Amino acid sequence: MTAVLFGITLIASAGVGVVNMITLEPIAQAELAAKTEALNGVLPAFDETLSDELTIDDMIVTVHTASLDGMTVGYAVEAISKQGFGGPVSLMVGFTPAGEVINVNVLKQTETPGLGTKMADEGNPLINSIKGQQLEQKKLVGGKLAVTKDGGDVDALTAATISSRAYVDAINRAWMAFKSVSTGEMPADTASGATRTSEPEAQEGGQNE
Amino acid sequence: MSGIVKNNPTFVLVLGMCPTLGTTTSAENGMGMGLATMAVLIMSNLVISLVKNIIPDKVRIPAFIVIIASFVTIIQMLMQAFVPALYASLGVFIPLIVVNCIILGRAEAFASKNSAFDSVLDGIGIGLGFTLSLTVIGAVREILGSGSFFGLSLGISDFTPLIFVLAPGAFLVLGYLMVLFNKLAKR
Repeated sequence: MTAVLFGITLIASAGVGVVNMITLEPIAQAELAAKTEALNGVLPAFDETLSDELTIDDMIVTVHTASLDGMTVGYAVEAISKQGFGGPVSLMVGFTPAGEVINVNVLKQTETPGLGTKMADEGNPLINSIKGQQLEQKKLVGGKLAVTKDGGDVDALTAATISSRAYVDAINRAWMAFKSVSTGEMPADTASGATRTSEPEAQEGGQNE
Repeated sequence: MSGIVKNNPTFVLVLGMCPTLGTTTSAENGMGMGLATMAVLIMSNLVISLVKNIIPDKVRIPAFIVIIASFVTIIQMLMQAFVPALYASLGVFIPLIVVNCIILGRAEAFASKNSAFDSVLDGIGIGLGFTLSLTVIGAVREILGSGSFFGLSLGISDFTPLIFVLAPGAFLVLGYLMVLFNKLAKR
């Protein structure tokens, strides 16, 4: 009895292992393709990117500085929010060097199908509220963007306020990271502080990596 | 082929209600979920009918679960690799196929008593019934709730009550479709 069950488990795990080996490469490729597509979707034409990793609110934010012929043409910031309805929400936000939002791409989300998942659709209220705009000039609540329900002026998705808040939360983190990388200095107003992991002599050495 | 009408898993047997209610927010999601479940069902029915004689009665349920879980994991990895968009939109419901009672139900009620060939046919029949039901529920909810069909806008999205995409709408649509289906099937 035990032997049979053991045999079945053994064969089953071997089968899963084999499929894992087969699909490992395509999965990695699909993720890479999604990332390249995300970069292309939020940036103007570029030929080189340089990545910086920052830690904001104990979360890693990656800033890809894109340049064309040595000139910086834009920043693509990958930021995560833990406030999603169904898990973390991961976004890629494109900024022009002047600070305008070029576009936002949803990299990963597990929101309710048909409701929160609409954050990834073209022309949804969230992206329409910030696309092509300077975030500085939006109606800020405590220096941050907010959905209309929280006193800001970002239109939330219908029936998905929590997902919308997570989206805005990730945008805020991306914006903070963008400001600190584009100006080359740490924002003074962040309580938790942002640490540039690519620099060993950052102010808060303890937070490196 | 009794799985499509006479033994339809959704409208007659009323099995697997969790994915039925959870994933049918659009016709595409419903169909994707149905096809993924069908693939697992066919494979698990086949394997279980082949090994039914070597599994002792006392450990058959754990053995079935291991076989089913392995196929679900395989399907999950294949979907992640080759249809990442659908994988992303179905989310947690793919791994949850493991606990779908249609699959364990068919393993216990059919595959563990019948030949491999019949079990595969049973898997195809029940799987098709499940896929068709989920696609129909998804299509009705998508048309009524977001005014589109398989993602194509019908231009009526301003007049569609959002409730059909939400959980209560799932129950409403399922209930009315069940009535309709059984009325038609009884003829």
